[in-house]
Amino acid sequence: MTHELIIAGFGGQGVLSMGQLLVRAGLIENKEVSWLPSYGPEMRGGSANCSVIISDEPVVAPIVTDASCLMAMNRPSLEKFVSSVVPGGMVFVNSSLIDIKVERTDVTVYYVPCNQIAAELGNTKVAGNVMLGAFIAATGAVSVENVMQSLSQTFKNKQHLLGVNREALEAGGALVK
Amino acid sequence: MAVVFKKTDMLTDAPLHYCPGCTHGIIHRLVAEVLEELGVGDKTIGVAPVGCAVFAYNYFNCDMHEASHGRAPAVATGIKRTHPDACVFTYQGDGDLASIGTAEIVHACTRGEKFTTIFVNNAIYGMTGGQMAPTTLPGQVTTTSPYGRDTDHCGYPVKVSEMLSTLDGAYYIARVSVDSVKNVIQAKKCIKKAFEYQLAGKGFTLVEVISSCPTNWGMTPVEALNWVREKMLPYYPLGTYKDKGANE
Amino acid sequence: MEKHLMKGAEAIAEAAILAGCRQFFGYPITPQNQIPEYMSKRMPQIGGCFLQAESEVSAINMVYGAAGSGARVMTSSSSPGISLKQEGISYIACAELPCVIVNIVRGGPGLGGIQPAQSDYFQCTKGGGHGDYRLIVLAPDSVQEAVDFTYKAFDLADKYRNPVLILGDGMIGQMMEPVVLPEAKTEFVDKPWATTGRKGKDRRIINSLYIDPAVLEQINLELMKKYELIAKNETACEEYMADDADIIIAAYGTTARIAKKSIKELRAKGIKAGLIRPITLWPFPSEAFSKAADHAKCMLTVEMSCGQMVEDVRLAVNGKVPVDFFGRVGGMIPSWKEIMAAAENTLKGGKN
Repeated sequence: MTHELIIAGFGGQGVLSMGQLLVRAGLIENKEVSWLPSYGPEMRGGSANCSVIISDEPVVAPIVTDASCLMAMNRPSLEKFVSSVVPGGMVFVNSSLIDIKVERTDVTVYYVPCNQIAAELGNTKVAGNVMLGAFIAATGAVSVENVMQSLSQTFKNKQHLLGVNREALEAGGALVK
Repeated sequence: MAVVFKKTDMLTDAPLHYCPGCTHGIIHRLVAEVLEELGVGDKTIGVAPVGCAVFAYNYFNCDMHEASHGRAPAVATGIKRTHPDACVFTYQGDGDLASIGTAEIVHACTRGEKFTTIFVNNAIYGMTGGQMAPTTLPGQVTTTSPYGRDTDHCGYPVKVSEMLSTLDGAYYIARVSVDSVKNVIQAKKCIKKAFEYQLAGKGFTLVEVISSCPTNWGMTPVEALNWVREKMLPYYPLGTYKDKGANE
Repeated sequence: MEKHLMKGAEAIAEAAILAGCRQFFGYPITPQNQIPEYMSKRMPQIGGCFLQAESEVSAINMVYGAAGSGARVMTSSSSPGISLKQEGISYIACAELPCVIVNIVRGGPGLGGIQPAQSDYFQCTKGGGHGDYRLIVLAPDSVQEAVDFTYKAFDLADKYRNPVLILGDGMIGQMMEPVVLPEAKTEFVDKPWATTGRKGKDRRIINSLYIDPAVLEQINLELMKKYELIAKNETACEEYMADDADIIIAAYGTTARIAKKSIKELRAKGIKAGLIRPITLWPFPSEAFSKAADHAKCMLTVEMSCGQMVEDVRLAVNGKVPVDFFGRVGGMIPSWKEIMAAAENTLKGGKN
């Protein structure tokens, strides 16, 4: 099984970190992984995206042009990348910030109100984890436990934030189940 | 037999290639004598420039690098950062240091690199045949300023010692001349002081030596030394421009 | 063995440190800044020296100084900065000093762009600066290879007293993949030629000036002998499904990874495609291409350039089979579908 993902949004939404979190979790599960960010001036406040591959086989090309899954955190990202998703693939739409619907009928679409749920949890910064929770529940690409473990390694000095991050992952997952 | 004179061991026996009357020979000997007197021959690494002193690596009896044009301060930085306990010096002319290598000398100085630069200023490109140098005096005739250096057209000479002494990284900057016995003795004192500061781990040290170029100035050696005194020294006043050690 | 998730640029820097590199001189330029940034953090922790030079010109001359006095030394830059270093690299090659240079290539010419490219192939493999000289050029296609090749580069540099260049692109630099790091090197070759101060022995001179033409000719001939030895010992490439291939795709670095995907898809369609991926761009694996030309019907070179390595492939093939070219430039990355279409076109006798 190979998951080829594009995660996209605007700078500051943490889309690059979301990708890193997934590949770290994948590595814990002994999967083959790669993470390739967009870089350059667009990083400074513009759009940001990364290609993420989680696979049982060695990763061939690290750049994702035919995504099995798109996570779009804002509208320009959805518009830019929705055509990159393969037929039968999945599109995750942050419906808190994206007011349009996906017109394609050959993909499965999940509308996830990431920012709204994060606000309800009391921390707007966990919007990305709400999205990851939905993605994990829908694909089983990695486990929530391993995402938490990689978060725990990353948040060495911010362990008190682990709780709300777990809640965000679970809340996102609950939307899909 | 009593020895009345012995050449310093810090110069090799290779015959100098410099023109008759050129003062590079004196400056080489002063540097070499200082290195010998300080007993640092075994831990000295020198850097030769591109210019008349390009073959300096044949003359100084210590480990030597030949650098590309202007880059001696960068090369010396690499050496000194690898061997912080070594005694490192660059020997550079005015084209090398004050024209093509301006960035390197300014930044080595401002970083406070702990090596010593011997800067030989003779107001002309010697090796390439007498072209205008960054230190060529206003009105001075060279092969590329045949009507005399026109400051309206090509600007003013660079006063290296004055300029570098404004930088906080400069520990010791002095301008000396070798046109007379008195000045030669003073020059040696300053060169020695610069090396002593380096060996004590202080900052960047540079001694600018006003030199003559009879061949390309089109003068006899005596005329050339007179020209140094009459024309160059008023424009490039001798003295100590920076000596942080004097206040410590 | 423990796998670490590392960005290519940081992995290169850490591999250099594990290889014993303790001197790094650089100047900021996108997209390789994570290398000097990593070095600036790590070097003070291990008693090494990171220094940000005032220019690339100065940085490479600091490398010249440090290499000549015996250090394991590295610099990194990206295309325009590598252009600035060429004079220094030529001196280093002539003075036969070991050092490692990393070029994370971006699109050119001129200021160009900052996205991945392979348009410095000529510059890196054919000399770049003035005079007859060669660099050993290693082209990793993954973060693991970036680590392994950087680690090995220091040994190669010392063994042959020659600069070694790691040629990557923005993708290699920015990409994050799991890597196994090698052990820290503790034993190094002796460098009796290095300037360390005489220390009671004969003095050493680091030089590239030979004013007597007869002497300089000898120096050149000796360098050529060394390059022949390197070519004999160190030439490396990867062959992927090349044995029975009707069409051989030639690609290096990240482009080769994309091409592998195209080859898988071509095979799925029943088209016998294979890959030859030069690992050493200099010395170039001509032999592998020449041999493959005995059974393949044609070849297609794919590069993120307007066609540079293709010249070496054609020289190697020497007219035995047609060698076509497909490239994307300016920071555009060829997709596996484009490469696949180009290969099918080449097989039909078309020209891309």
